[in-house]
Amino acid sequence: MLLSVITLLVLAAIFGALLGFASIRFKPEGNPIVEEIDNLLPQSQCGQCGHPGCRPYAEAVANGEEINKCAPGGEATMLAIADLLDAEPQPLDAEHEADPVKQVAVIREAECIGCTKCIQACPVDAILGAAKQMHTVIESECTGCDLCVEPCPVDCIDMVPVQTDIKTWHKDKPNSYLNLIATDKSGLLIPNSETVA
Amino acid sequence: MQTLFAKPFRGGIHPTGHKERTEQSQIEKLPTPKRIFLGLQQRNGTLLTPLVKVGDYVGKGQLVAKGASDMAVPLHSPVNGTVVEIRDYVSAHPSGIKIKTLIIKSSEDNSWSENYPPINPDTLSQDEMIQRILDAGIVGLGGAGFPSGVKLRLAKQKGVHTLLINGGECEPYLTCDDRLMQEHASEVVAGIELMVRAIGAKEALVAVEDNKPRSIEALSHAASEIENISVKVVPSLYPMGSERHLIKAVTGKTVAPGELSVALGILVHNVATARAVYHALRFNRPLIERVITVSGGGIEQPKNLVVPIGTPVSDLLTACGGLTMSAQRLVAGGPMMGQVIPSPYTPVDKSIGGLLALNEQEVRDDQSHDCLRCGRCVSACPMGLMPFQMAAHSRVSDYEGAQDYGLNNCLLCGACSYVCPSRIPLVQHFSHARGQINAQRSMAQKSALARKLTDARKQRLDREAAAKQAEKEAKAAARKKKAAEKKAKQAAAKAAAGE
Repeated sequence: MLLSVITLLVLAAIFGALLGFASIRFKPEGNPIVEEIDNLLPQSQCGQCGHPGCRPYAEAVANGEEINKCAPGGEATMLAIADLLDAEPQPLDAEHEADPVKQVAVIREAECIGCTKCIQACPVDAILGAAKQMHTVIESECTGCDLCVEPCPVDCIDMVPVQTDIKTWHKDKPNSYLNLIATDKSGLLIPNSETVA
Repeated sequence: MQTLFAKPFRGGIHPTGHKERTEQSQIEKLPTPKRIFLGLQQRNGTLLTPLVKVGDYVGKGQLVAKGASDMAVPLHSPVNGTVVEIRDYVSAHPSGIKIKTLIIKSSEDNSWSENYPPINPDTLSQDEMIQRILDAGIVGLGGAGFPSGVKLRLAKQKGVHTLLINGGECEPYLTCDDRLMQEHASEVVAGIELMVRAIGAKEALVAVEDNKPRSIEALSHAASEIENISVKVVPSLYPMGSERHLIKAVTGKTVAPGELSVALGILVHNVATARAVYHALRFNRPLIERVITVSGGGIEQPKNLVVPIGTPVSDLLTACGGLTMSAQRLVAGGPMMGQVIPSPYTPVDKSIGGLLALNEQEVRDDQSHDCLRCGRCVSACPMGLMPFQMAAHSRVSDYEGAQDYGLNNCLLCGACSYVCPSRIPLVQHFSHARGQINAQRSMAQKSALARKLTDARKQRLDREAAAKQAEKEAKAAARKKKAAEKKAKQAAAKAAAGE
């Protein structure tokens, strides 16, 4: 009786010490789930979710924030997060409805007064310029977040849709009526618009 | 000569050839078009820089545009004439997106601008040969349009031992390679000999489908004196022209998925490319024209034509007697893998080997029906995939699921769509899915870049804040020090006064 109690106590002490050591030695830096959620977000840093960037939103989601607030990511991102967290998918609310067209900011350079306000607003440092010098947007780095438009005192920044070029173009989905096995369908002989899409 | 009778690879189909329309028609030269349209962006998106300005006179064979790397193939003017405009113009890319295009108004004069004296290619080193092929702007004329010089250089580095020449031409309607092999067999063989030497290969095999007996005869005759070139006859089976399937049919070896044929020590080139290489090395002439089959039920007089690169499709149609009343669709390339041409003013580029005008019977625009699970697409697929399963996933935008079923190994050959009794646009689904996956990949790259930039900005802001703080502290310290000094001075003065 005593022997078994001592044995168990000793074992408990050993494993306790091991666990205690491991929890200090192998402590993960930051919350790993935040990292994973952040990887799913589109990194536009637009702040439309009400958080100052993608990472803060990822942190908020890890702490129980709604997962349907990422407008640039749209439904795909929401579903991916739901999948990751094993949460119930939530429909995007009207406020965070995805904007289907990708945009970039373009500065009308002749009108720029060189105030650097947009440079300070840009979350990815994609605007080039200096005080009292003309500014311009580095198109390949612009995430289309819209944050530079508001601070501009002369309203010389436009959001323009990204043009499809040979590199980004791809074929549309064929408009086909491909379904499950024919006998799976009950009584529906004429394709309706939902199944055709 | 050796005939392989057994089924050369799994799957494959026997589409109706329709080759009889142009099989007998000798290659004709297209009258010099009035205007030439040279696109300054390649199919893969690489941009070329024009070396001439509007108003400049350009000579036939003159270099007019080049790119930054070897992957950007230089462009040469196919005519003598004047550059009249550089502007956005419709391209042969299936998207129909307008690209920057050099427009040359041609003159009557049809002679080469330079006198290209014949060179003895034996005096050239291997590297010189490859460099000349690159400079001549030669791309694979089979359809993919990959720069031939880059391919040859890679083959030389990897120690390729066998050069396989693709005379398969498995696409229905097309006979341009067939006619080329018959009429220019000696030039093709000479080109093969040069390529063998350029990459240091041991032997060359020319594979021709058994439905081209005259080509086989012509090539065997031309190569009869040359020890290391032999002609192999392969059965007619679509897609024999695919690199992997040709290798399998001729050598019995399988190129592993995701690997290149050079891993097996085999390099594949098209017959027309071999001829272009001959012209480049023997006469130093750039690639400025190619043979194109103009055929289909919508063409009055189907022909094989030598066409200057950059000729608008409308000129080709004119030369072939125009369209018939029933013509419905223009296709660049063969009917299986070709792409719909967006406009009759589209100029031909280096990778277009056929121009088809299909009529109502040939265009099968039927309503598609449900998948019957008949499995015909599975037995037709030359890559051993399950097309119906891949399509089911990509239809509901589950592109990862489609990839799990091997979408990345799909050749987009269209054999599945051809055999499907329900007329399901299978291959169209796959090319859409491929495009989507590429788009997602570039999106992910962009996100990664944005993340990096955000981090960099955060670091910069922290650094700046720290610098500001340090400055403030330094200033405060200086102020304190000054105050202390002042105090000390005052104290000293007081003390002095007190004494």
